[in-house]
Amino acid sequence: MKDTVLQIRDLKTCFDTRDGMVTAVDGVSLSLGRGECLGVVGESGSGKSVTFASVMGLVKNPGFIAKGSINFEGRELVGLDPKNYRKLRGKEIAMTMQDAQTALNPAYTVSNQIIEVLLAHDETLSGSRKAQRRQARQQALEMLQLVGIPSAETRLDDYPHQFSGGMRQRVMIAIALACKPKLLIADEPTTALDVTIQAQVLELIADIRDKLGMSVILITHDLGVVAEYCDNVVVMYAGQVVENGPTGAVIATPQHPYTQGLLRSIPRLSDLSRRIEPIKGTVPELIDLPDQCRFMDRCTRAQASCRDLIAMQDCGAGRQVRCIAPGLAGGSDV
Amino acid sequence: MTTVTYWTGDAGTAKSETLFQRNMKLFASSRLSMFFLFITLGFVFMAIAAPLIAPHDPSDADLFRRLLPPAWMDGGDWSFPLGCDALGRDILSRIIFGSRVSIFIGVTVILVATTIGVLAGLAAGYLRGWVDIVISRLVDILLGFPYLIFAIALIAMTGPGLQNIVLALAYKEWVIPCRVVRGETLATSGVEYVEAARAMGASKSDIMLREILPNILSPVLVVSTVRMAHVIILEASLSFLGLGVQPPMASWGSMVADGRSFMLQEWWLSTFPGLAILLLVLSINVVSQGLRDAFDPRFHD
Repeated sequence: MKDTVLQIRDLKTCFDTRDGMVTAVDGVSLSLGRGECLGVVGESGSGKSVTFASVMGLVKNPGFIAKGSINFEGRELVGLDPKNYRKLRGKEIAMTMQDAQTALNPAYTVSNQIIEVLLAHDETLSGSRKAQRRQARQQALEMLQLVGIPSAETRLDDYPHQFSGGMRQRVMIAIALACKPKLLIADEPTTALDVTIQAQVLELIADIRDKLGMSVILITHDLGVVAEYCDNVVVMYAGQVVENGPTGAVIATPQHPYTQGLLRSIPRLSDLSRRIEPIKGTVPELIDLPDQCRFMDRCTRAQASCRDLIAMQDCGAGRQVRCIAPGLAGGSDV
Repeated sequence: MTTVTYWTGDAGTAKSETLFQRNMKLFASSRLSMFFLFITLGFVFMAIAAPLIAPHDPSDADLFRRLLPPAWMDGGDWSFPLGCDALGRDILSRIIFGSRVSIFIGVTVILVATTIGVLAGLAAGYLRGWVDIVISRLVDILLGFPYLIFAIALIAMTGPGLQNIVLALAYKEWVIPCRVVRGETLATSGVEYVEAARAMGASKSDIMLREILPNILSPVLVVSTVRMAHVIILEASLSFLGLGVQPPMASWGSMVADGRSFMLQEWWLSTFPGLAILLLVLSINVVSQGLRDAFDPRFHD
């Protein structure tokens, strides 16, 4: 077992809204080893983004972390004071935003945006302010080359609006990686990109992960991406983890009916005769949820005992599932 | 370091320029705006170089020249092109020196007010909570007073004088940029690059001053030029009421006031300073209109 970089235990993040208490993340536990890539899947509103906003300490008012612990490299992040948190963000944990179109500040050149991060966090820079800037600029150039921006020297002083979507995503990754963080949280890094660019960006992240030995969390709703690039996968539904385990095993034999449904709803070019089966219904409102299985309203196998509190249970080979009747109608057909 | 290069067909040959630069070019392409910008700059030059270009000392009185008409009228004298006032002072020279007061007050009040307004607006819009409540209510209260009456009351308390006029006008003027900046900040603070900056460990002041401010400068620029014209009118009004700069210093507003009892016969006393106010304010307004058109994305293409 490799050493653990991030360990989340029983995290609960709530939003105190006018309509009542919304529990966006409810008892999420997960862990991530060094150099590992963890995929987090789930549909919109399943709590993926809020979970990692909690890790970054970026949960906005009226949201707050109600309980649980987030351990990063032996440090507890829940309740960490803002000043230390700020030193951590960008330097040790970096995050790329969903939308590369708006995630770069239009008022600055891309080199400027990388240099700022380096000046804020990188302690290896030395000498006068000017000398530091020169070193940072050199590093910025290297980062842009690393993320595969063609003719990086000339593009260093371009503004974000002069880059295409895929290139902006790369610039964002370059900014995130500028300080060689130990953990990269990539929030839907490819959602806004077309498929060919998607593969390039993901290859790039995998490539850099190997080079820098960092851990990666890939937040996505695309199981195909997870299958390709992640060691482990966590499936979230309505603020809870419903299934986790090694990617290959989870995809080959999904245990939770939601995971099975997700896999069945992926269109396949190889088998055009097969119809896509969407999961009927939508994610429940997260206000005042009862302690029952949250998927039961959409589940074809729901039974009376699903109304009880359902805990995660081990099902062998490092896998866990939150279902009283796991397996069944196995994933062999997908 | 090995480089992984992916070709995306995005060669990026365009010259680097910010949106701001692009908009300024758009502004410069409007002839009307450039013409009035030229006039505005002419006034500024006049104010700076007043002692060099004024033909006479603006407070040099001579009763033999009392109410001397403009040069092209009967009895006019070409060394006093716009005539003389009731004390025999050269009106042209007084207008030239009067531009100093108008422009100094316009620029200073706007600089002070915009600085305060921008900082307060950023704080209210980004920090929210009680900071926002305090600033926004203060803005509401100040907006509740009629501007001129507010300024008159302040000057009545502090006494006239250049410094007091600047204070009296700036005291309320900051609420306008503050409102604009607060709104823009609210909108901008939700944008992803602000969130991204937070995720990269930027502090609150970094985010306000380095991330948000550069992106909301355009509306601030437009608002401050519009308001500058407004402030110049207010200064003229205060001077007209005798609450502005004190004699013998020349101010357009007080010149109009001094000439009003001669209005029917010796019309040039009030008319020329009045025209100066009109021309300067008109020029600034046209320039600000041009700026707004150039910076408002709805007017593009």
